[in-house]
Amino acid sequence: MILPTDQFPPTQKPSESVSGVTVRLAGDSGDGMQLLGTQLTNTSALSGNDVATFPDFPAEIRAPRGTRAGVSGFQVQFSAEEIFTPGDGLDALVCMNPAALITNISDLKKSGILIVNSDSFDAKDLKLAKLEVSPLEDGTTDPYRTIHVPMTKLTRGAVESTGLSTKFADRCKNFFAMGLVFWLFGRDVEPTLRFIDNKFGKKAPEVAEANRLALKAGWNYGETTEDFASTYQVSAAELPSGTYKNVMGNQALAWGLVAAAKLSEKELFLGSYPITPASDILHELSKHKNFGVRTFQAEDEIAAVCSAIGAAFGGSMAVTTSSGPGIALKGEGMGLALMLELPMIIIDVQRGGPSTGLPTKTEQSDLLMAMHGRNGESPLPVIAACSPADCFQAAIEAWQVATKYMVPVMILSDGYIANGAEPWRIPEVDSLPKIPVSHPSGQKLSGEPFLPYKRDENLARPWAIPGTEGLMHRVGGLEKEDGTGNVSYDPDNHQHMVETRARKIAMAADFIDELDVDGPENGTLVLSWGGTYGSCRTAVKTCQANGKSVAHAHLRWINPFPKNLGEILKRYDNVLIPELNTGQLRLLIRNEFMVDAKGFNKIKGKPFAVSELVEAIEAIA
Amino acid sequence: MSTELPVLKAKDFESDQDVRWCPGCGDYSILAQMKKVLADIGAKQESTVFVSGIGCSSRFPYYMNTYGMHSIHGRAPAFATGLKSTRPELDVWVITGDGDALSIGGNHLMHVIRRNLDINIVLFNNSIYGLTKGQYSPTSKIGKVTKSTPRGSIDHPLNPLSIALAAEGTFVARSVDSHIKHLVATLKRASEHKGTSFVEVYQNCNVFNDGIWEYAKSKKTKDETTVVLEHGKPLVFANGKKGIRLNGFEPEVVELDGNVSVDDLLFHDEKSTQPHLANVLARMRHPEFPEPIGVFRAVERQTYDEGINQQVVDAREEQGDGDLAKLFASGDTWTV
Ligand SMILES: Cc1ncc(C[n+]2csc(CCOP(=O)(O)OP(=O)(O)O)c2C)c(N)n1
Ligand code: SF4
Repeated sequence: MILPTDQFPPTQKPSESVSGVTVRLAGDSGDGMQLLGTQLTNTSALSGNDVATFPDFPAEIRAPRGTRAGVSGFQVQFSAEEIFTPGDGLDALVCMNPAALITNISDLKKSGILIVNSDSFDAKDLKLAKLEVSPLEDGTTDPYRTIHVPMTKLTRGAVESTGLSTKFADRCKNFFAMGLVFWLFGRDVEPTLRFIDNKFGKKAPEVAEANRLALKAGWNYGETTEDFASTYQVSAAELPSGTYKNVMGNQALAWGLVAAAKLSEKELFLGSYPITPASDILHELSKHKNFGVRTFQAEDEIAAVCSAIGAAFGGSMAVTTSSGPGIALKGEGMGLALMLELPMIIIDVQRGGPSTGLPTKTEQSDLLMAMHGRNGESPLPVIAACSPADCFQAAIEAWQVATKYMVPVMILSDGYIANGAEPWRIPEVDSLPKIPVSHPSGQKLSGEPFLPYKRDENLARPWAIPGTEGLMHRVGGLEKEDGTGNVSYDPDNHQHMVETRARKIAMAADFIDELDVDGPENGTLVLSWGGTYGSCRTAVKTCQANGKSVAHAHLRWINPFPKNLGEILKRYDNVLIPELNTGQLRLLIRNEFMVDAKGFNKIKGKPFAVSELVEAIEAIA
Repeated sequence: MSTELPVLKAKDFESDQDVRWCPGCGDYSILAQMKKVLADIGAKQESTVFVSGIGCSSRFPYYMNTYGMHSIHGRAPAFATGLKSTRPELDVWVITGDGDALSIGGNHLMHVIRRNLDINIVLFNNSIYGLTKGQYSPTSKIGKVTKSTPRGSIDHPLNPLSIALAAEGTFVARSVDSHIKHLVATLKRASEHKGTSFVEVYQNCNVFNDGIWEYAKSKKTKDETTVVLEHGKPLVFANGKKGIRLNGFEPEVVELDGNVSVDDLLFHDEKSTQPHLANVLARMRHPEFPEPIGVFRAVERQTYDEGINQQVVDAREEQGDGDLAKLFASGDTWTV
């Protein structure tokens, strides 16, 4: 069908060119803010902007309507320059109700644009948000360019012709808001029209029509109202050439796993138990059965990790995914996997802890659990993805290390990168590394006993799989004699095996990339890891622009550390380690390299703002 | 040219490891019968895998010249699920104890059975924790005095077969470690079943719980204290002198003295679509009743490994074999 983009004529108003914009859409969880945010992000990405997003939603599926607890937000920064974060201060904030306004307004820049649905500020709405007086009337909104839009009324009017009931008509409000925001920032409506058509076109044509009408009404409102003197244009960013796609971290992780399976000519088995914010990896992988992916929704996290180990024993690429509470349950199974010296991947999408903690918020507080959270001497390689798109690469690297050294590998992600999105340059499939995996082939009983723990130059043991003639062997969690794999209580053998298992991981330092430093060779070094990459990088760039001698290095592999890390650390007078925890990497770094690293620590369930990092860096630089 | 396959003997399934159970332990007999069964059914060493949890019984895989995994306490069904789902052509046996299966592993046992993964589970029930030296287990009777229950256990025991039936088990059976023929026959039936077969074996722990199954093991008493189940046959025991009759929903022991004939008795139907009868049988306990041994239930249902692999086949047929370039290019993209 021909999409009616011509019904969205380009604006006649003047348009101001800006390098980038940060917008947050906030409303009740039922208001469709995540959908609006996703559309704005995709549209901006498609128009060539660099984008970064930060969805933020309540833990409750349906918190009471209109309350502060029920506020759902979606922040996106789109820019003509390369960006690494969803932005700090907001240029524009859309609020669908008083609760959204009161919980978000402090992030809006002075004289930023505030668009409110003025229809939802009556006494009842104020009461739900626990407000005595309307923030629209008590001076709260004075510092901002506030625009009152009677969205409910206008949306109802716009969709009247479809005959939808008021209840359904009101659900189109987010499309009205979208129309207005799209108009304000000169966004292309075509992808959204296509989205509406795909989503509702067949199933509910009248809903599709209503959403289109609401979108158009919002657009026209912008064009006609005198509240807006001009629109804003953000031109395309100069990204390296290639074909791009907007990806979220969990999706990129899933795709990286699918790719790693293909590159190693393996079929993928996922054992998982649903948990926020990791479930989307299970959902995504479940869609790709035509790649030979088998997904098992286990009865709990213990069964999930154990099923994966069973699949690894059988010769599959085995994966288990979870978040902190689930990883805690997997501990014993992970210990067995490392005793069995089987390759597999364990993914922890970190969230606020301890215990159930802050399920929908981000934190980096599982690092020490990943490093040490098992009984006995049980180190595992640990890689932390640094951004949504990097999740793809992290999955491939993890599988390379797992198979090269015959060891389970942990991937750390977090809620912020799992749900955040950014453009991903689609790789040429041929440019991806082949991952060689082999299994010893069968032998007739020749008298030579098969040695399941005989090691190669990487200390890896042979991955002999059931079904292979002559290679029958038994594995288990009891300590085993090197070479034969027989149960052994010999004291010297135990020490040797503990050291050998650790040595394999240390050897992986030969495989992983050395650490890059961005900035001067001395002064202050900001050392970050995981999902705080973007804000740290942006903050350091800001400090550098302010004339400070500050460099930035970012760790992806944490076990082993890159080989040159110690030498780099020693060059600097100050080392600052910003983390969304109380200083877990700092503990490891101090212990390993004896440097007096300082911490900048935030445990609020929120990512770093660039401004707070700049302040912290400049306080010591 | 001869195409004859080499015939493996029981001995060929024996590994080179010394067996470390206490002398006199019931586990020895189960191990010996298992080797015989594998030889009899023509199993291949390389395509047979034993997976166990932790416990005396769970040392079993080390003693078999097959593939094996001695895993962690209670979780063997989960390991077996990953293995069998990805390698459905393998014959997977799970070896577990009453503590392993019903205490720490109760959750996994229930779920593997309801999924009907095509594996064979053999639960060595010695009604005690052997490896940890004699604490009471989930099958120990009320009042059981052990190191951890000096005043007697106050936990009501679980009935393993009731659990298996409640979990929608498609094959549920019971045998006794020392009834060699019966055990062999039962394990063979289990190996033939498509789906999860669950076999409880009364196993004597002569060190920590000696004699608890004596009534069922002893040649002198077993005819009176057990009743052998055969599909389509009436429940007769005590050398044909007694039988089990249904009175409403309740079983009762009757004398076959002329007033009651064999035709009045309960006839066993292992293929009944509903597990009601099997439940009645599972709840017959010594000393009120003779305890049934044999196959309680054997019905067919889709297996988990079939299902999970069929979805992959279907997806490939409908969407074509996975192509990375196509995947990456799906949805909205833009070129710079
Ligand atoms: C996580 C964990 N908890 C506890 C134990 C200690 N443990 C080992 S075997 C066992 C009970 C074994 O009893 P059962 O399953 O009946 O096997 P049996 O030894 O009697 O054959 C216990 C509690 C363990 N190995 N792992
Ligand atoms: S403790 Fe009991 S169950 Fe364990 S080996 Fe000894 S006799 Fe057998």
